[in-house]
Parts: sequence; structure tokens; C-alpha cells
Amino acid sequence: MLALLQSELIPSIPLAEWTESAVDWVTDNFDGVFDVLDSAIDLVVGSLEHILLAPPALVMVAILGVIALLLAGWRVALFTVLGLVFVISLGLWEAAMQTLALVLAATIVALAIGIPIGIIAAKSEAVEAVIRPILDIAQTMPAFVYLVPTVVLLGIGAGPALIATVVFAMPPAVRLTMLGIQQVPKDTVEAAHAFGATPWQTLFKVELPLSLKTIMAGVNQVIMLSLSMVVIAGLAGAGGLGEPVVAGLSQLDVGVSFVGGVGIVVIAIMLDRITRALARQDGGAPRFFSRGKGAGTDATEGKA
Amino acid sequence: MIGEQRSGITEAKKQDREQIIRVENCSVVFGRRGQQALQMRRSGKNKAEVEKETGSTIGVYEADFEVERGEIFVIIGLSGSGKSTLLRAINRLIEPTEGEVYLGGEHVSGMSSKQLRELRRKKIGMVFQHFGLLPNRTVLDNISFGLEIQGVPKEQRRKSAEETLDMVGLQGQGEKLITELSGGMKQRVGLARALATEQEILLMDEPFSALDPLIRRDMQNLFLSIQGEVKRTVVFVTHDLDEALTLGHRVAIMKDGEIVQLGTPENILREPANEYVERFVEDVDYAKVRQAESVMVEAKEVAYINEGPTVVLRRMRQAGMSHMFVLDSERRLVGLCEAEEVARLAERDERELRDAVDDGTPKVQRRTPLREVLPLFVEEGDTPVAVVDEDERLEGVIVRGALIAGLTTSAEPNDEGDEDFSGVGARETSGVRPDGGGGE
Repeated sequence: MLALLQSELIPSIPLAEWTESAVDWVTDNFDGVFDVLDSAIDLVVGSLEHILLAPPALVMVAILGVIALLLAGWRVALFTVLGLVFVISLGLWEAAMQTLALVLAATIVALAIGIPIGIIAAKSEAVEAVIRPILDIAQTMPAFVYLVPTVVLLGIGAGPALIATVVFAMPPAVRLTMLGIQQVPKDTVEAAHAFGATPWQTLFKVELPLSLKTIMAGVNQVIMLSLSMVVIAGLAGAGGLGEPVVAGLSQLDVGVSFVGGVGIVVIAIMLDRITRALARQDGGAPRFFSRGKGAGTDATEGKA
Repeated sequence: MIGEQRSGITEAKKQDREQIIRVENCSVVFGRRGQQALQMRRSGKNKAEVEKETGSTIGVYEADFEVERGEIFVIIGLSGSGKSTLLRAINRLIEPTEGEVYLGGEHVSGMSSKQLRELRRKKIGMVFQHFGLLPNRTVLDNISFGLEIQGVPKEQRRKSAEETLDMVGLQGQGEKLITELSGGMKQRVGLARALATEQEILLMDEPFSALDPLIRRDMQNLFLSIQGEVKRTVVFVTHDLDEALTLGHRVAIMKDGEIVQLGTPENILREPANEYVERFVEDVDYAKVRQAESVMVEAKEVAYINEGPTVVLRRMRQAGMSHMFVLDSERRLVGLCEAEEVARLAERDERELRDAVDDGTPKVQRRTPLREVLPLFVEEGDTPVAVVDEDERLEGVIVRGALIAGLTTSAEPNDEGDEDFSGVGARETSGVRPDGGGGE
């Protein structure tokens, strides 16, 4: 009785069908656009991959080691070198570089879109009110949901993986940029206005430098979230470290899966430590030989 | 020290009474129905009633004043009285709802945002309560911020920044980061930043309120000594009455967005315009307990009646004094002579100083209460007052600045300060703060 009442009173919404027909419509009408987009993404990710795989593996390990040394100190550099050698010995080098290329590309795109949106949202309450719920949805929606339409639109490969990754990983860039800029002391921004700074000068000389730490924390988050999409990217046929994991899953091969997982962990820790060191810096020059745990050392140096 | 600078400024004022800042009928309303709120206020409703009915807050209501070149104009009031809002209306950091602002003859209210930026770059420096410095930059890079905004080449702005650094007493600290500095040092940087662009107007929003009392005193002195050199036109906001009366040539007292009294410090102390001002200043009435000796300083240079005008004039010029007391051979006070008069005699090759001596100059004794000294300054202007003993022998002089400082502070009435204050200081309350002193 009650069940009958329910079905009479509450109409069922065919949301699934609507979505499907919307995607169909987009596919029919904008096929050309998506072809271009797909090949553009393939080109970018492909050339990044090519650059990373061009030198001999050990040379690349050395290069990444030096980058880690410059940005984050010798401890992180040591970990980077040992970790990457371990990856080579697991036979995952090529997959790891594919993943790195995808993560880098996704991060760059996510930041290029996310940071400007964050800046605008920080300055306009109206924009913020619109952006916030969209960010919530983007972050809580299971990533697979983005994957299906993008695969439909772009076909299998790096394209759908990248787009799904960007949508999923972008919210922290927006949120933390917004937060960082809103946290810049009012006095300081007012001072810039009082001395006749243009809005652009205020942004580049005051607001961005003073929110850099927070924005870098956002960059770190974006990279970590991109990495977490790697397995899903593997499902979409983007290759990389996700592939062995997915393969292991479908063949119920614990070993293959685990090896892929370990590779992801190594890359994740490496990227995390390097970008976190960036977030810690007080906007000064990168520190060369710091003692690993850099948090707060700047303050103590100041007192000495 | 304070007295010297002050007489320097009044000197400049006599020559040049040019109005640099003119604020006409300026009102600021926060909230949407600005005009309506002002209408209601005009029809006799008070600020609270207007706020209740329209939801808009009247920040400043019909403020009217001018500031002359080289003047220090102080705006004082409790928190929420609209003093900082009024300050910001001058350079349109807050847009006035009504009324006009003119700076150096330019109509600020009618400017486009581009013109306004140009005006802020070239004409106005500002100092903030919480400094508003860039913590990621060095001291020098902070000081040259205004020049950087103007697009001055790097070499040049470094040079000006270094000069200003010396001015505020931060020599050799240019490469330090802001985070390494104490509050007082930070505000020195804030002051230097505002001075580096060499504008003629300086807006100061409670610049010393965040500092502890001793540092605040130092900063006030530093500010006065710099002001003595650079002679900017200053609008200074504070909630500290001591500060207002010590620094200000004129003081505007604000309440509920309105200027309730505007006048010289003496004026306000002597003739409070209404009950509010009276209550505001009543705690400051040191004039009742203080005596002349607490603010007098030694007369370093004097003239003797038997000296020739040329000799006296030379001595006055060397000491940089516009007035000098004239004594007889037993150090008894004969009167006061003014440099201009002496110069006239010297020109005419007169032998006698007598003609230049004004023997009606006011004199008081060590024990004369400051309350009775004060009117002498109001009547006579800026000439110093002599302190004599029973036999009319000169014991010291009182200058205007030291007197005001003595009226408003409980300690260190003058820099020489070798007199014995015991029994005086103990009875007085320390620093007077209309806010109730919660600002630390």
C-alpha cells in the first residue's frame, strides 16, 4: 500500500537517460572538436613521456636527483635516487615515466585552470558562491563517473585519463589559491592601494607572493590527487604504473598488482616530499643543503 | 627638542598659509541606502536611530576641515568614532558618500581611478597601525615599494631607500627580513616607506598604537624630528589623547562620525566645546598638579642689556633662536627681545639693545601651576615664558612644546629633565587613554 503510494506521489526522474542523451548529443555534434582535443593531449603527454624516456634511465635518475637536491635538500635527493633505482630493478621504469608524464601534464593543466579561478573567486563573493558547490561535486563524485563519458567522447588512451584526472585533481588548486589570497593581511593590500598600485601590481607584488605557501600546498595536493588517478587512468588505457595494477586485478595476479602498487608509492613519496619542500619555503631562494625537515628552520635562523 | 621643531614649523606656517588638504562636508555611509540615511540624519535622528531604520551605518557625518602646509592635524576619537574612515576618505581608500575632497587644489572626488592612482603615487604617503609590510621582502625592498609601484629603476630606488633608512635610524639593517624586526622597528620601516616617495601629504592611521608605551614615545620623538626636517602635511589618527595633544598643531575630536571640536591643544584643554570633550580631556588635566618648574628648561643662551645688538644678533643666529631673554648684570630679567627687532637695531648701527627689549614679557615662578602658565601661551603665541625667582633672577624658560608635553604626560616633561620631580609623578595616573587602554 505504502509502496504504491510512494510510486504514485514521487515521480521517478530518468536522470541516467538524460545524461546519456546529452553525451550522445555532444558526441554527434562536436566530434571534430574532441578529435582535436584528443590529439592535442596525446601530443603533450606523448612528448613529455618522450623527454623523460629519452636519456638512459640512470642519467634521468641523476637529473631527477639533482632537481630534488636543489628544491628539497639532500635527504629527499637520496630517497629519489634510491627509489628510482628500485623502480628500475622492478622493471617498471618505462611505466613510471609514463605515469610521471601524465601526472605532470595533468598538474600543469589543473593549475593553469585552477589558480586563475581561485584568484577570481577570492575577489568576488558571487563567483565564490557559484564555485564552491561545483568544487564539492567535482571532488566527491567517484572518478569513474568522469571516465565513462570522456572515454565515450575521446576513445581509449591518455586523453580521457588526463581530463578525468584534471577534473578530479583541480579543486584543491582553486580552494587553496582562494584561501591563500583571502588570508593576505588587509593592511598590506590596503597599503598597496594607498601607494597607488594597480590591481595587477597588487596581485603580483603583494597577494600572490604572500599566498605562495598556501598555493604551493595546493600544488602538492593536486599532484597527489593526480597520482591517485593513475590506476583509473590505467583502466582507460593510458598506460603507466596503473596498467600492471589493473592487469593484476583482472588476472587475479597478486604479484603483478603489488609490484605496480609499490612503483606508485615510490613516485608518490618522491613527488610529495619535493613539492612539500616548495610549500615550506618563505618565498626566498630555494635552499640547497637544508636538513630534511625544513619546517620552522627559517624562523630559528632569523633569531640567531 | 619638541619645542624647537614646533617653533620651526610655526615659522614656516607664517610664511606660507597654503591649504594643502580641504575636506568639505564629507560623509561616509556604509550600507546600501546611503543618501536616505543622510537625509534621516539631517532631519534630526541620531546615528543609532538611522542605523536601526535603514540598516546603514553613518561612518562620517559632514566633516569639514582644512590642513595647511607643514601642519600636523590630529584626528582623535574612540574606536568606532569614524576617525580612520575619515582618514581614508581623504585618499578615497573609502569612497565618500557625499562631500568633496581637495588635495593641493586638485579635486580628488572627481578623479578617475587612473588619476587617483597617479595622485596616490605622487602626493600621498600612508602609515598603518599594523604596518602593512611585506614579510617576504627585506627592509630595503619594503621601503622602496612605493617607488617600485611608480616604475622607478632599481638602482635609483635603492639609493632613495637607503637615504630614508638612515633617516629613520635603521642604518645597516636594510638587508634584514621584516620577520626579524620588532614592532617599533617595523613601524620605522613603515614610516620610511611613506617618506621614500617624497610626497607632500602623509596620512597616518594610529601608527604608534600597536607599540608599547616606551617605544611609542621614542617613535613620537623620531616622527617629530623627521617632520622637522621634511615638513610634510600630516593627518594623524590616534585614540591616545596624550599623543594627540603632544603631536598636533590642531586636533579634531570625533564622536559618532562627527567632529565635535576642532582646535589647538590649548584650546581644547581650556575650552572644551561640550560635555563630551570635557569628559574626554578631564583625566588629562595635569595642569592642576604640575608646576612650572616641571617643564622648564635651562636658558642656554641669554643676552645682557649692556651688550650691543650686533653681538646679540650673532649669538641668536648661532643658537638658532628667534627670541632671547635679556638680563641685567645681576641676572635679573629685563625682558625679551626678538631677532627681527635686534636685526633692525643692528642695521641702524645702534649701540644699545634697550629699544628691542619687550619688558612686558610674561614671567612665572617655579611654583606657578601649569594651569596658569597655559593662558600665557594662548595670549602670547609661541614666545617662551620666563621662570624667575623672588628677586626676578632668571631660572629657566618654558617653551610651548614642553608645556603641552607636560600637560599631557606623567613623566619626562623635557629632555634635559634634571629637576627633581619627586612627589609630583607619584600622584599622577600614568598614560591616559580614552579607550580604556585596551589597545595593547
